[in-house]
Amino acid sequence: MENLVSVRNLKKYFNTKEGQLHAVDGVNFDIPTGTTLGVVGESGCGKSTLGRVVLHLLEKTDGQIFFDGKDISDVTPKELHELRRQMQIIFQDPFSSIDPRMSVSQLIGEPLKIYKLVKSKEEYNKRVKEIMDIVGLASRLENSYPHELDGGRRQRIGIGRALILNPRFIVCDEPVSALDVSIQAQILNLMQDLQQERKLTYIFITHNLSVVKHISNDIMVMYLGTAVEKSESKELFKHQYHPYTKALISAIPRIDIDHKMERILLKGELASPINPPDACRFAPRCNYACDVCRQSMPPLEEVTPGHFVACHRVRELNDL
Amino acid sequence: MEEKKLLEIKNLVIQYEVNKVIVEAVNGLDLEVGEGECVGLVGETGAGKTTTALSIMGLIPDPPGRIVSGSIKYQGEELIGAKEKRMRQIRGREISMIFQDPMTSLNPVLKVGDQIMEVILLHEKLSKADATRKAQEMLEMVGIPANRYEEYPHQFSGGMKQRVMIACALACNPHLLIADEPTTALDVTIQAQVLELIAGLKENFNTAMLLITHDLGVVAEVCDRVAVMYAGSIVERGTIRDVYKNTLHPYTEGLFGSLPNLDEDTDRLKPIAGMMPDPSDLPKGCAFSPRCPKATDRCREERPQAAEATPGHFVACFHAAGED
Repeated sequence: MENLVSVRNLKKYFNTKEGQLHAVDGVNFDIPTGTTLGVVGESGCGKSTLGRVVLHLLEKTDGQIFFDGKDISDVTPKELHELRRQMQIIFQDPFSSIDPRMSVSQLIGEPLKIYKLVKSKEEYNKRVKEIMDIVGLASRLENSYPHELDGGRRQRIGIGRALILNPRFIVCDEPVSALDVSIQAQILNLMQDLQQERKLTYIFITHNLSVVKHISNDIMVMYLGTAVEKSESKELFKHQYHPYTKALISAIPRIDIDHKMERILLKGELASPINPPDACRFAPRCNYACDVCRQSMPPLEEVTPGHFVACHRVRELNDL
Repeated sequence: MEEKKLLEIKNLVIQYEVNKVIVEAVNGLDLEVGEGECVGLVGETGAGKTTTALSIMGLIPDPPGRIVSGSIKYQGEELIGAKEKRMRQIRGREISMIFQDPMTSLNPVLKVGDQIMEVILLHEKLSKADATRKAQEMLEMVGIPANRYEEYPHQFSGGMKQRVMIACALACNPHLLIADEPTTALDVTIQAQVLELIAGLKENFNTAMLLITHDLGVVAEVCDRVAVMYAGSIVERGTIRDVYKNTLHPYTEGLFGSLPNLDEDTDRLKPIAGMMPDPSDLPKGCAFSPRCPKATDRCREERPQAAEATPGHFVACFHAAGED
């Protein structure tokens, strides 16, 4: 299958008073057309920054981004404007990411105006109605304002805005994290249906591992700006090789009361991403860290077919 | 049956009046917490979980809130209508509460240690030096080095702030701890650390707990019993095994169907249709009937009362207890 989106050695550093903050530090991935790459990690691991850099919402520090076979690492503002029609984003917070003074139909139709895609008022109304129908917003809501709607409906507006331009690629940044579980399930089903109908390609960013398992084809686990493990989704939940992934998956509270997993507790908290040393980023919290872990950063290596892990001791610890 | 309960709530009704509109936040809630027991209170946004917790602490803002009827008994003592002086003795000493958001519940201009000491000085006759020592012990107990006593909340991460909140709440060794979404704002690995701490309290100090959360996984990890709340009342309650393995209420079933499962592969989730009802305009019969796949005319007309399906397993549904 063709890859719609690829990145190579992508880096994003921020300059802060204390030094350089390595938010994304040398990430590589390919996403085949029509599939979903799940990006998981805890707060501060750089997953949102990664999504934004791919879309040029933040300018990269180094590395390459490819879209549909073309290198889009350095595009002009005019080229970017055209690209944005094909690359959209759905934000986490349905409360602060839409303008409270615009009505539902204005919010959903705004991209059509920006790209001057419709010639008449009738056509505009028709397109907006179509999208409202697709994302499950009743047409009586077209003149409502965001404050009158609940979180689930607001998130549907966010999805509608992203969809109306018929994009091929959408970055979904924690799109269901602010929603209750029953509403979350409705939105996840909607996103899956849309993907199938329109062959959409997603990057799905979340901290919720059960959600990411459900919706992704491939999963990349991030820790402090680097990818620590990457594989096909089902495979990752069967075999975890990186100590961080193991701890992360064991820490999820399970509803299955008959099959309790042994929880692996991690020491301490995330280290500072500012001027990190050339060492495994996870070493300070890792139960298996030894000298080599503190002396160099482990590369992401293929340990079994299609399963990549960045850990110096991966073979030794997992008998591979 | 007349076993003494630590906390016993009967038929609690709480309303808020906003712009002459009456919002029915809690409608005839029954709940019990036994000595040393951990009870989970589960429900979605707007179910009335936090309102219930605040009413136990006597913290419902009045106006606009009002406890219309019902009773809240702590060790047999009625708390509704209790004098403010008495409530101040109870809060922090007998019953204490951990709030959801550790970022905003601590005072940003006071040293974290002093915030713990404040609780101790208020309830115990100790000198300042002794109280300070005790506050340091509390910090150590929740896994924060005592030498960070002099620091301010902004120097702490989210997980550590939540630990400080737990230290404040436990400083006077309360009988009952109400924890309102204590781990919702935390990352999973940090959540695991805090849950471990909470589970330890039960073992080491025999503290009873009411754990409020929307996360069924968290409840399964730490609670003995669980109560599922929908639109202001309990629709199902029982032991964890009763509710998780022998689910009776359609809403509880819906919640489980909405969760992506880590251990099984599901292609499609089964969400609950529709939305939570507007609490200022609740349906006439069963509050869940508009969204319920099993609803009949009777459900739409008459409100089901909680009935005991098996000993200790209560469910408020006409279709659950073999009534149809």
